[in-house]
Amino acid sequence: MTPAAETPPAVRPKSYRLLKHGWLYVMLLPGVAYFLIFRYWPMYGLSIAFQDYLPFLGYQDSPWVGLKHFEELFAGPDFGRLMFNTGLLALLTVLFVFPAPIVVALMLNEMRRQVVRRSIQSIIYIPHFLSWTIVASVTYLLFSADFGVIAGWINDIVGGPRADYVAQEEWFRPVVVLQLLWKQTGWGTIIYLAALAGVDTQLYEAARVDGAGRWRQFWHITLPGIRPAIVVMAILTTGHLLDSGFEQIWLMTTSLNRSVADVFDTYVYYIGITQGSYSYSTAVGLFKGVVGVLLIYGSNLLSKRLGERGLF
Amino acid sequence: MVKDNSPAGRAFDVLNAIVLFGLAAITLLPLLYVAAGSFASEGEIAARPFFLWPHKIVTDTYDYIFGTGVFVRALLITICVTLVGTAVQVGLTLTMAYPLAKRQLPGRALVLNLVIFTLVFSGGMIPTYLVVRNLGLLDSYWALILPLAINPFYLIIVKTFFQQLPEALEEAARIDGCTEIGVFRRIVLPLSKPIIATFSLFYAVGIWNDYMSPLLYINDNQKWTLQVLVRQLTAPNADSANALQALDSTLFPEQGLKFAIIVIATLPILLVYPFLQKHFAKGVLIGSVKE
Repeated sequence: MTPAAETPPAVRPKSYRLLKHGWLYVMLLPGVAYFLIFRYWPMYGLSIAFQDYLPFLGYQDSPWVGLKHFEELFAGPDFGRLMFNTGLLALLTVLFVFPAPIVVALMLNEMRRQVVRRSIQSIIYIPHFLSWTIVASVTYLLFSADFGVIAGWINDIVGGPRADYVAQEEWFRPVVVLQLLWKQTGWGTIIYLAALAGVDTQLYEAARVDGAGRWRQFWHITLPGIRPAIVVMAILTTGHLLDSGFEQIWLMTTSLNRSVADVFDTYVYYIGITQGSYSYSTAVGLFKGVVGVLLIYGSNLLSKRLGERGLF
Repeated sequence: MVKDNSPAGRAFDVLNAIVLFGLAAITLLPLLYVAAGSFASEGEIAARPFFLWPHKIVTDTYDYIFGTGVFVRALLITICVTLVGTAVQVGLTLTMAYPLAKRQLPGRALVLNLVIFTLVFSGGMIPTYLVVRNLGLLDSYWALILPLAINPFYLIIVKTFFQQLPEALEEAARIDGCTEIGVFRRIVLPLSKPIIATFSLFYAVGIWNDYMSPLLYINDNQKWTLQVLVRQLTAPNADSANALQALDSTLFPEQGLKFAIIVIATLPILLVYPFLQKHFAKGVLIGSVKE
């Protein structure tokens, strides 16, 4: 620094810096206000899970009831059914929805014609951007007993009376899983394709020189190459196992399949919004949220124990 | 990727291609059928099992939809909420991401942790509903915008992008007497056009597709958005039919109408899809970088 720059009193650059930061804080303010109002105020509102919340008394003055609502939930008749439905959907997700993008990404990776490959990618990404309302409506059009095209085809093959795939409870879970596969498989390949693109091509060349065939290259180079991506996605999926996708489940629920369709998310809606039991439904939501946090930390810990990198 | 010209390798390639083409077909065919059905007569939809081109193209359903107040209103509401909402969301996200990208800003870590924590845990449906209600936003269009005003994932991606901008440019502007706001407006924003475009589209698609917010916060059937209307027209239950009758007693949810309303709700997404696709892979990947 030149002596000339040092001559003005030290106060000036300091106040300039403060002013500069001042503008940055001003810019930060609306965003922070948003997070406080719409993300943290609801967290404070979770306290009503331990109250008998009455809207005219507010969070401060509603009577405290301790764990009453949680006891009611765990001892009540709905808990077992909710746990079973949510758990079974989670299991089906792990078994079918989670591996599907890995398989498709590996298949795309084996496709040599880049133009064809990109076209297929462009097509299978589309459903991710369609709303659940659209997906549910198209499902109704295709699978309902009266007009459904696919329902008709299946009936032609199987015979017998027409099944109503969108209303009967035994078809609820298969339809939901199919929807998830249709909507999310293509989009899910992105992260794995990126991992595959990052695999060093020299490894393949070296393997070929050593006489490794296609299968062995796949097994020893390609698959290990995407393992970190699979672990990260597994942790994320685990953290969201109890999030059954409110919109999807709600849209596919009918009066006939309620017994298999009710999951924690939709139950909270029915009890809280439709019936107005704010405290009890908040307790149900809090239970689900806490389990979700435990799941994500647990799976992260587990992946680290198993020698993987973990998410945080 | 791997060159392999053995017979077994060829066979695998063919099988692989067939399965992938099959997947693409399964993705597209339902959408094409709905599009074709929306231009077919009621009789043709009932008579033909599956078709990708109607025998006779009729636009009756579209004429009806665009000539009926209920539909036009829902469409206008959805367009307005999407436009205003996207502007609010993008504006808030950009102005918050910029200071968060300044590593030397005191308090930055605190705010960042505040944001990241919301990715793991949230107050959930009912407490958020009560906040919206306490703010008097029930049955207000703002309830469709404000509770989702900043997506923390997008915020972090934009912040990461700002951090990668060359510091020297901003420094030069500051030496020339630019205030921090000036630097943001004249240097940072012009350099960020692609990412602003990308997230505008992501936010817009999010609002356009949103069904949960209107379900939770909008009771007044005069304020239904397009997605709610799609739902009420296509749902196979009595509640929806009754709700529809209450809205417009002359309305009969014929098959063709269901096809057409699905097309109208899907078309804008498909129109912006090429632009989305150009950028989203990059966005997803930046987002997956560890902080």
